[in-house]
Order: sequence, then C-alpha cells, then structure tokens
Amino acid sequence: MRIFEKFPVIIKIIQNKSMAKENLQKIASQVRRDIIRMVTSAKSGHPGGSLSTTDILTALYFEVMDHNPATWTRDGKGQDMFILSAGHLAPVYYSVLARAGYFPVSELGTLRKMGSRLQGHPSVRRSLPGVTQASGSLGQGLSVAAGLALAKKMDGDKHLVYVLCGDGECEEGQIWEGAEFATHHSLGNLIGITDWNGQQIDGSIESVCGGGDLQLKWQAFGWNTVTADGHDMEAILAAFAKAREMGRKTNRPTMILFKTDMGHGVDFMAGTHKWHGKAPNEEQCQQALAQLEETLGDY
Amino acid sequence: MKKYIDTGKKDTRSGFGEGLLRAGKADGRVVALTADLKGSLKMDDFAAEFPERFIQCGIAEANMVGAAAGLAIAGKIPFIGSFAEFVTGRVYDQLRQEVSYGKTNVKIASSHAGITLGEDGATHQTMEDIALMRALPEMVVVNPCDYNQTLQATLAAAKYDGPVYLRFGRPSVPNFTDPDEPFEIGKAYVMNEGKDVSVFCCGHLVWEALQAAEALEAEGISVEVVNVATIKPLDGDTIVTSVRKTGKAIVAEEHNMAGGLGEAVAALLAQEYPVRLCFMNGGDRFGETGTPAGLMALYGLDAAHIIEKVKSIL
Repeated sequence: MRIFEKFPVIIKIIQNKSMAKENLQKIASQVRRDIIRMVTSAKSGHPGGSLSTTDILTALYFEVMDHNPATWTRDGKGQDMFILSAGHLAPVYYSVLARAGYFPVSELGTLRKMGSRLQGHPSVRRSLPGVTQASGSLGQGLSVAAGLALAKKMDGDKHLVYVLCGDGECEEGQIWEGAEFATHHSLGNLIGITDWNGQQIDGSIESVCGGGDLQLKWQAFGWNTVTADGHDMEAILAAFAKAREMGRKTNRPTMILFKTDMGHGVDFMAGTHKWHGKAPNEEQCQQALAQLEETLGDY
Repeated sequence: MKKYIDTGKKDTRSGFGEGLLRAGKADGRVVALTADLKGSLKMDDFAAEFPERFIQCGIAEANMVGAAAGLAIAGKIPFIGSFAEFVTGRVYDQLRQEVSYGKTNVKIASSHAGITLGEDGATHQTMEDIALMRALPEMVVVNPCDYNQTLQATLAAAKYDGPVYLRFGRPSVPNFTDPDEPFEIGKAYVMNEGKDVSVFCCGHLVWEALQAAEALEAEGISVEVVNVATIKPLDGDTIVTSVRKTGKAIVAEEHNMAGGLGEAVAALLAQEYPVRLCFMNGGDRFGETGTPAGLMALYGLDAAHIIEKVKSIL
C-alpha cells in the first residue's frame, strides 16, 4: 500500500486547492503541537525557528506548491521543489512532510533517536521521502536550489524551486554568492523565503552581527523582494502569489522576507532567541500544548 | 623492461578538456561549471560546443559546489573545475555536505595541483588535497599520470555513478600511455614488472619512476613501477601482490606525507603484508615559487632522487 493511501483525510486536504485559510491555520496548529512534542521527546532540537516558520511551510506544502507525495522523487521532475537551507528547522519540516503524506506521522516520534530516518538535521541517506538534500551547515541551500532551478530551466520544466533560509543564516558569505549566481543566470523560477525573525543563537541579529538592511541587500543583488507577515495566512498566500508573478514577469529570482516571531504560538517561547536550540521539559511541554489546539490528532 | 615512448609533452589538464568534450558529446547530461577559470581548466572547447551546458559561476567556489549538487540531484552530471586548492580546501565543508554526505553525482576537476604549479607559490600549490578528499566518505580519488590517461579517466569519471575527485597539474609532462586504453577506476596499473623493489606512484611521477627503473636496469636492479592512478579506493590486490614479490617498496607522490598515497599504502600494507617502506613526498611543509622542474628537484621528487632512494633500501 502506498503511504498516501493511509491518510485519506490528508489526501482530501491536498486535493482541495481552495482550502480556506482556517484549514491552513488548523494544520499549522497541529504542526506546532508536533514540533513541541517531537523536541520534548528528543530532549534536544530547535523549536524557536520551527515555530516561526510553521505558518509559511504549512501554506507552502498545503496550498502553494505543485507537488504530490505519491509520485515524489528526489530529482523533483515535474513538481515544484523545496530546499530547507536552515537544516536546524528539521522539526517543522518533518512535521509538515508527514502531515502532507510523505511518510507516516507515527514516525515523528523518532526524531533524533538512534536508527531514525528523522536525523537531527535532514539527511538523504535514510530515504526519507520528501527530503531532497542534506542541510545543517548553513548558507548552502540557496546554491543547491539555484542549481535545481537552473536544471529546470535547461530541461524546460516550468515548475518552481523554493528555498528557506534564516535571517541569521544570511551572515554566511555563500548566501551572497548564490544570490549573484541566481540573478546572473536569470532564475525567475527560484523563490527564496527568509524567516525574518530577527533572532539567532547568541541573541538578536542586531546585537550579534546585523549590518545593513536585509531587503536592500537582496535588491542590490538584483532580486525582486516581497515582504509579508509570516503569521497571517492570507498575507502569506498573497506574498507567494506575488512572488511567482514577479519571477515570471522579470525573469529574476524573488526573495520573500516574512516578518516572523521566533517561537510564535507559545507565549513563553515567542520573540526571544532563548528557545532557538533548546528543548522544553515535560512541564513546559504541557504548558505549550495547552496553547495549541489539537486539530488533526497527535501522532 | 617495457619501453615507454614520450610522444611529446602535453599538460594533463588538456587531457581533461578533451575528455570533457568527448564525455559531453557522448552524454547530454554532462555539464561543466567553473569559477572564472575556464581557460586554465581547458573548458573552452566544451563551452564553445555546448554553450547551454557550460555554467560560469564567477569567483565563488562555494556556490559552484552547491549549484553543481543541485544540477546533479536534477539528473545532470556536473564537472566543477578550478585550481586544486580552491576546489578542495576552500570548499571542504560544501563538498562534505552537498556532494559526499549529500550523495550527489558531482565530478571535481582539480587542476594546478602540487608544487609544479610553479611560480605562483604556496598559496596556490596545494600539497594537502588528496588527504582532504580521501577523508570524505565514498569519495573516489584519481590522479592520472599523463595526458592520455587523464582524458580516459575523465571519460570513466563521467560514466561512474558517484563523486569523483580528478587531480591533474599545470605543466606539460611526458605523454606515454596508450591513448585508447580505457581507464578503470580502482585499478593500479603495473607499468613495469620487477623483482627487487616496488615503486608505487601517481601523477607525472610515474614517468620519473619509469626513467629511474630504466637507468637502474642498466645497473642490474629490477624495479617494479606501479601507477596507483586511483588512490581511493586503493587496489589492494595489485599492491600486495607486488610487495609479496619484491619485499620492499617506495611510495612517491607530489603531495605531503599526511593523508597522501604514502599513508594509504602504509595503512594497507601494515594490515595485509608489512614490508620495508620508504616515502618520497613533500613532507610536512608548504611549496614555494620556482620552475616546476626546479621545484621537483628541490623537493627530491624526480628520477634522480628515485634512483638514489631505490639504492638506499636495497
């Protein structure tokens, strides 16, 4: 039996392209519960950035991308592709992939455990469906996504390539090598997503190494830019639609800068770097779950 | 001994350029990327023949590795080319995550390796690249000996499914192997059979070893010269068979001691068949400005020094 057939509810969700934002919000709430439970069980991991990108990735996988878990292959032929450059956001990535039907949600509980396909950072060595490339060492995913987008252009495949980077990650020099490459090669089929939460491990970006205006930097490198509230489903969907249109019209890559809060959705985790890479204890986990509605059933 | 004729000095990187062109003609999935060194890597003919499959990356090697990984995931067979230092040490972490751990079919074309890069000096003369590439799990490491073998190794790399590090140099060196002999990844080539001592070598030192063997034959010393063109995976059978016969060996390479062919052979023989071993390499130091031939003599890596070393261990 295909994995896909085990999840009739999810199939319905994927097939219904006109899903209301309320449904996306419900999925996002479940994904947030998954993140908290996974990281608590693993006793390590990165809840902060996972919670800040939950709404974006939920919108991407359940509404925006043209993809099909049943026919997915690593080469991404005939589908939109997604690269997670900020590999430490593995919890949200795995939850969204599982909830979308790439692999059983029951596997989410194995995160960071011995023998798991859900490695601490995404790996392609365990044949986990939906994962196109390994990530964890920062600043590299944009280059990979640019290579994928270039291949799609060469092959006449009109599908798009999406890549998610952190704002702190943009301190890596290679990001800007990838930025100029994508512009030079006219990659209008490449859409970048920045989790613009203003936080990194050691503190606020401002306090760590926050030089210059991030949006102006992308523009200076020849990219289209779109900014949006990364926790407002309607704004997220509109930003993706705008980005696709800009890319198509200009033949240039587009960066969507989503304003987000690290730790969004859990009051004691929100807006601080302190939960970037720390797992809650059992009590904190229950405190967090009390704030998040269980909508699709816990794994 | 078997007689090898130098059909005229040629640079091994031109063998790569011709091999890349042929590989491109044979397989439409082959693409080439460079970081502003198209001419040095001899990619001009490929770029002229297949402009849509030639990807200029500018002076941004890290991005080049990532972009190549993306192209490989999408089904292309990318060759990335730059100077040896800039496609290894400079981008070690990118190669590790995107190519080795990431299991992508990327070929690393590494030119101007070693001290024979010459006048540019130590910043460009990597003597550590084999060590770095050997350290990456599943990476194949190939250092062919002349133009013909580099061309054939390039064709073999294109057909091989997995990452390959293909090392070659800057200067013109003797061209003496059979131009039509297909290259076998993982095979050590016994160039000359001998019974007194084995010389394991790679790159243009194979020619030097053959010259030394010829001179020593006149003195009644029989030297077995083995071209270990694939440094990883190492052809253990051929190497052990050779030392079972000779009982002693020299390992010569244009690379430093740490992590090079010498240590690879030493690790193998320590487990399989311990014999007296001597090493000829750069030791533990940096290169310097000079002519290729002058530097090889200074570092003790030419035929004259091999002759001396053979005599010293007999």
